[in-house]
Amino acid sequence: MERGYGMVKYVFKRILLMLMVFLIIISMCFVLVKLLPDKPAEQFGKDMALIEMRREALGYNKPLFEQYLIFVQKSLIGGDWGVSESLYVGQDVWGKFMEKMPATVAVNLYTMVFAVPLGLIFGIYAALRKNKWQDQVISTAVILFVSVPSYVYAFLVQYFLCFKLKWFPFQVEAGYDFFSWKMFVSMVPAIMSLGFGTVAGLTRYTRAELTEVLTSDFLLLARTKGLSKAQTTVRHAMRNAMVPIFPMILGEFVGIMGGSLIIEQIFGIPGVGPLYVSSITAAQPDYNFFLLLSAFYTLIGLASGIIVDISYGFIDPRIRMGSKK
Amino acid sequence: MNEKLYQDIPASAFEFVPEEGRMHDKKLETKPVGYFKDAMIRFSRNKGSVVAAFIILFLVLYAIFIPMFCENNYTRALTDTTYLNYTKLPPKVEGLGWLGMDGTTTETVNAATYNAYRGIAVETGLDPVVEIYRENYQDPTASKKSYFYDLKVDTYYKMGMMYMTLSPDEFEKIQAWQDETGIQVIYPAITDSKQTDANIWYEADRKGAPKLDKQGNLQDIYRTTTKDDTTYHSLRIAADNDPEKPLAYARVAGTSSNKSYIVRVSKYNYFQYRYGFEPAFVFGTNARGQDIFTRLAAGARFSFIFAICISAINLFIGAIYGAIEGYYGGAIDLVMERVSDVLSGVPFMVVTTLFQLHFANKVGVIPSLLFAFVLTGWIGMASRVRMQFYRFKGQEYILAARTLGASDWRLMFKHIFPNSLGTIITGSVLVIPGVIFSESSLTYLGIVNLESSTTTSVGTMLAMGKDYLATDPYIILFPALFISLLEISFNLFGNGLRDAFNPSLRGAE
Repeated sequence: MERGYGMVKYVFKRILLMLMVFLIIISMCFVLVKLLPDKPAEQFGKDMALIEMRREALGYNKPLFEQYLIFVQKSLIGGDWGVSESLYVGQDVWGKFMEKMPATVAVNLYTMVFAVPLGLIFGIYAALRKNKWQDQVISTAVILFVSVPSYVYAFLVQYFLCFKLKWFPFQVEAGYDFFSWKMFVSMVPAIMSLGFGTVAGLTRYTRAELTEVLTSDFLLLARTKGLSKAQTTVRHAMRNAMVPIFPMILGEFVGIMGGSLIIEQIFGIPGVGPLYVSSITAAQPDYNFFLLLSAFYTLIGLASGIIVDISYGFIDPRIRMGSKK
Repeated sequence: MNEKLYQDIPASAFEFVPEEGRMHDKKLETKPVGYFKDAMIRFSRNKGSVVAAFIILFLVLYAIFIPMFCENNYTRALTDTTYLNYTKLPPKVEGLGWLGMDGTTTETVNAATYNAYRGIAVETGLDPVVEIYRENYQDPTASKKSYFYDLKVDTYYKMGMMYMTLSPDEFEKIQAWQDETGIQVIYPAITDSKQTDANIWYEADRKGAPKLDKQGNLQDIYRTTTKDDTTYHSLRIAADNDPEKPLAYARVAGTSSNKSYIVRVSKYNYFQYRYGFEPAFVFGTNARGQDIFTRLAAGARFSFIFAICISAINLFIGAIYGAIEGYYGGAIDLVMERVSDVLSGVPFMVVTTLFQLHFANKVGVIPSLLFAFVLTGWIGMASRVRMQFYRFKGQEYILAARTLGASDWRLMFKHIFPNSLGTIITGSVLVIPGVIFSESSLTYLGIVNLESSTTTSVGTMLAMGKDYLATDPYIILFPALFISLLEISFNLFGNGLRDAFNPSLRGAE
């Protein structure tokens, strides 16, 4: 299989597969949502006939299949996800979504910028000093941080750093300027809560991979050839260890957005997560938001899987060739 | 030169090794150990995992036995709402005062509240004020001139009084109990019938600040009655020392045939009357007056049972699915893989929400949550089983069994399947903390509501406590501690299991 051609084919196949899966999932979601009883409640002082006429005009009473076609045509391809019903009445769903996106992206980006280097450094350090006291300390800390749920951190951080020591504000500053210092300081508790788990996971993984590489034969050969410890570690061990780690980091970058729901809720970050939660838990659930956000989260999950696979293929030629048994 | 020697060795140069009889292998020194026994030995060598296993056992026993043996003061009877009066009490355990669990809190109060505490102390003898840090100081930033006190208060004594309406029967019963034990429950009524704050038995202005007499003492406004009034014949407080004008201990209401008595009772002593012991909640009470200790155990019970059910169902479905996939391979494998691919692409939140919205009214909250977990939970188990099947499918003993005529199912479950028992056990054990974690996240976000007067879950308790993080952190502290301990122990335990069943993966964490 030629190198360039095979790679393109592989990527193409994966993307096509992902799109197919995504289509199936979103169609199922759509059908399930449309099956829910969605009659607007009787409200005092509102003209029911007018509401009915509006719904008729917007197409709520058309048969299911026709609604599905409209959905595919307008929303999936066109990008128009309709108008919000109960959360932000009358406003464009897509517009509101895009308004909230930067907050989520900012928090997650900051978290990754801090968590990834820290995780790598701790993992490498622990692997280099394997079984000495530094390694034991780091390993114990890793187990602690991986097990405790993220919202427990959030509470601890809030209680000790925000309430007792008053270093940071309880909630994130209002406004949308994400690169100012004040905003950053107020985001620190959220970044810490999100970051602890990521740092711990990355440390654990890096340490395991690097240990495995450090005990392999070719490294022994390199040492006997006369390379110094630093040379072997940096030029040979690190490169090999990064092979499984790098795709995981890329995957995390994309996938972490799906997991920050709770943190956004606790710290009052005006992001996509609380939008999702309130679209479900409101008295009159807002299904347009729900559909859009479900599609968003599904896409993120699938995309992170694909990115991991494809980058694995780029980095490790063995995967590209495929292992035929 | 050596070759000559080897070509022509005379037979006499040889010697039998054993002098008598046939040759046997040396007798085995150790007994044969089964697979599980071997794994158990490996497991017990890992100290961290053994400790973790004990912690898990302790938590499970806590969840099982506490609700059986301890009184939970919120389910004595569904109609018994006494507990609502005992909200937000901090933990108090005899002898653990040094940990901060002595039922006290520090607070800053103004002069009116301080005098109210004094009032409670004078009347009941239970002094809420444990220690005064700073008294009678003025806050320069306050708008009006008022005096503040920094105090350490015993929150249990701070509860003070409440008004209750009793039937004549109950009135007599309480009096009988008072005579028996000598503890004053009912305190005298006051003349001001419009006063709703039961703690005020003294002269006070409209805002509740007391009007002190010249020596700085509180002046009581007790209602007096005539000598012939025999409705109250039990203990009398010290201030009631005039036999001509005894104090009235109840305000009579209702018709003459259907009397009811409005009394002021001391909450602390009333608790003793109802339950027989002094109120001291090990983990405190939450905002609705429910004892956290027993409620946490009940919630833990529910979470554990829920997680174990889900683990068992996922194990069952996943094992069969993975076995069929792995054994038959080919087209069947491809199709089944696609199906599980699609199912795994759906985000968990979306699945749960859809199930909740559709089925919560018809089937109930808990079954629909169960369905949501089960829908995508078996995928991990199936892929692990599938991998194991691929590894062992080509072994010779399988071929031999098939030649002998074994059916497909027999081959699958009697021959290949036991090889994967190790991974299956580890996998299904590690599902449990994941389920508890997901379920607590969902209840915290409010997507699922498991709260009711009899059932609760650990996540619900966390959600209820988050509003009081600053004022009463213990409400959220104990459930959070429980869940963290559970997760950490399960992680260590799962690691130990994995190392025990799969020594080749040791050190890979």
